[in-house]
Amino acid sequence: MPTTLIEQFGNPAIAIATGVGGVMTVLSLNALFLIWLERKVSAWIQRRMGPMEVGFHGVFQTIADMLKLLGKQLITPKGIDKPLYHLAPIVVFAPVVAATSLLPFSKSVAISNIDIGLVLIFVFGGFAVVGIFMAGWGSNNKYALLGAMRSVAQNISYEIPLILSALAVVLMVSAVGREVPIDGEIVALNGLNLAHITMAQVHWTWFILVQPVAALIYFISVLAETNRAPFDIPEAESELVAGFHTEYSGMRFALFFFAEFSNMFIGAMVATVLFLGGWEGPILPGPVWFFLKTYALIFIMMWVRWTYPRLRFDQLMTFCWAILIPLSILNLLVTALVIKVVQS
Amino acid sequence: MRQSAGPTLERTDEADTYYLNMGPQHPSMHGVLRLLLKLRGEEIVTCEPVIGYAHRAHEKMAENRNYIMFIPNTSRVDYLSGMIYNIAFCQAIEKLCSIEVPERAEVIRIIACELNRIQSHLLWFGTFLLDLGGITPFLYCFDDREEILDILDRVTGSRLTYAYGRFGGVTMDVDQDFLVRTLAFVKRIRSRFPMYEKLVGENVIFRERCEGVGVITPEVARQYGVSGPTLRASGIGYDVRRAEPYGGYDRFDFEIPTRTAGDCMARFEVRMAEMEQSCRIIEQAVAAMPEGPIGPKKLVQRLKPPEGMFYFAVESARGHFGQYILSDGSNTPLKLKMRTPSFSNLSAMETVLEGTMVADTIAIVGSIDIVMPEIDR
Repeated sequence: MPTTLIEQFGNPAIAIATGVGGVMTVLSLNALFLIWLERKVSAWIQRRMGPMEVGFHGVFQTIADMLKLLGKQLITPKGIDKPLYHLAPIVVFAPVVAATSLLPFSKSVAISNIDIGLVLIFVFGGFAVVGIFMAGWGSNNKYALLGAMRSVAQNISYEIPLILSALAVVLMVSAVGREVPIDGEIVALNGLNLAHITMAQVHWTWFILVQPVAALIYFISVLAETNRAPFDIPEAESELVAGFHTEYSGMRFALFFFAEFSNMFIGAMVATVLFLGGWEGPILPGPVWFFLKTYALIFIMMWVRWTYPRLRFDQLMTFCWAILIPLSILNLLVTALVIKVVQS
Repeated sequence: MRQSAGPTLERTDEADTYYLNMGPQHPSMHGVLRLLLKLRGEEIVTCEPVIGYAHRAHEKMAENRNYIMFIPNTSRVDYLSGMIYNIAFCQAIEKLCSIEVPERAEVIRIIACELNRIQSHLLWFGTFLLDLGGITPFLYCFDDREEILDILDRVTGSRLTYAYGRFGGVTMDVDQDFLVRTLAFVKRIRSRFPMYEKLVGENVIFRERCEGVGVITPEVARQYGVSGPTLRASGIGYDVRRAEPYGGYDRFDFEIPTRTAGDCMARFEVRMAEMEQSCRIIEQAVAAMPEGPIGPKKLVQRLKPPEGMFYFAVESARGHFGQYILSDGSNTPLKLKMRTPSFSNLSAMETVLEGTMVADTIAIVGSIDIVMPEIDR
């Protein structure tokens, strides 16, 4: 089992400080890397060079941009709802930090190991919607409000197939993990514990092989949850200018941007844990495999973004309610049925 | 309470509705179009296009300078089919003053105009996809388009705002290299069409966004005087090149692509098919390129137009471009009125946009291919 920080340090205060510091470092470096990667991937797809000036192949471009954003004036529009407007970037960003601290990066590296980790991940995921709506409502702008309304409807809808497809995995874990030897003892695995989900896959097989439908639904829902194209409707540039963060400038905008990329990162990490066997892989150490799989998924997300046009809002909702949700319910029922039949 | 900036920001007269000013500063309003939308949620109750933000008084300028001084202005009216406008103005004056054009000059003009048409359609294709949220095709199109700009740049000296036409011919002769590169480009763009079809035309999301969206019925199209590819997508096969052949177009074999659906998808298909037809015209023109002079034997020193009214129309990349010239016999027009296609095409939007969604508005306005400076002039 992963040793958590509290077990490592004994003192909760030091553990929390280390955990938050570690998560922030990982997230910041990751966002810097992902923004650069996004630019490079889009450039490759569009037969351009991408950033080339700052550092080798523009690796420091994002840092330069961050410095520029830091120097920008923070424009506060008139007629805003002050508490909502100022709190929104923080409300969007804080759950990202909390969610990252739940993930098991390898057999021995995790910040925390909670028995209901999967539930908490979805709870924190749902939090971002509140922040987005605060931003849209608070900034006294019709485009922002439209973007926020779209965002709330979209995120609430797509949480259902997201959770239903994850539930299929939870059932699988409980079914295959009744007696798994861990560190010399026989343990019954808990389907809501993220480390246990990975254990079940190490013990048996990757869930993407036995749950391909759930994996696909999960991936599509993650695209929608993180507002990535072709579901980037809340911030549809050609329609709503910049959607819910139209009125945010400088570092306030950077926080939203940061949260978006970090959300993508978390979505891919959870998908890695649920379907791609987490840290499992030959030769290389656990965290390396974990991040390799995560970045492979992120690469696919970028690939999709730079290939497809955007769906219309009603088409997006129809796709969710008429196709994804029935399909994920069916998948869950079939999974439960098969488990019952095999067990009896 | 905020001071309202004019009557448009007042409360609406209907419950549960609000006004949204889309533009003139907006990422997908193609310049400076302003749409005054009355919305119920995301549904459009009424839509009122507001124009005039790019007015540069080209028509007034024409009244204050003689005909030859007006040539550079023409390509600035519609910067995307600048060559067509430029040549069209020269053709109008030639017809007015009965100036002969040598055959070689006519063929060169047709090649240049058709290259310009492809260039305009390519840019439309890219920006239309950009409006729909697909960013990558835009850069592919610009890659192709760049080649056309280079080819035309070699003979005209400009990339966008050409002044290539002269009364009775063109300014510069084309060489063998121009013809070789033009044919190479035709070959290249032909090899790209299947890719565009696969990447965009067969894309499920693209079809969902376009099929049945923004239907312009033939009746509405006739009422508003819609023309060009937008009209041909509504099932009316009107093309000035065929209806009233000018500048030697009757010598070439090409089709007028039409569709009957009248939706965004039909407009997309018509334009894609039109690029192929332009390629055919270019190939025939290059093959039939005659030797000879490219301008009149004696330079036109002073124009002597007859008195009276005169109208001349061509097919621009966006549709029926007409020039109404009122002449008093001097070398300056009393009045030069331009009938530009986008103006009529945009006017039809008031009817078409009602009851659609905000996202559809962007798709529909994008699909009719408007150029704001051409509307405002």
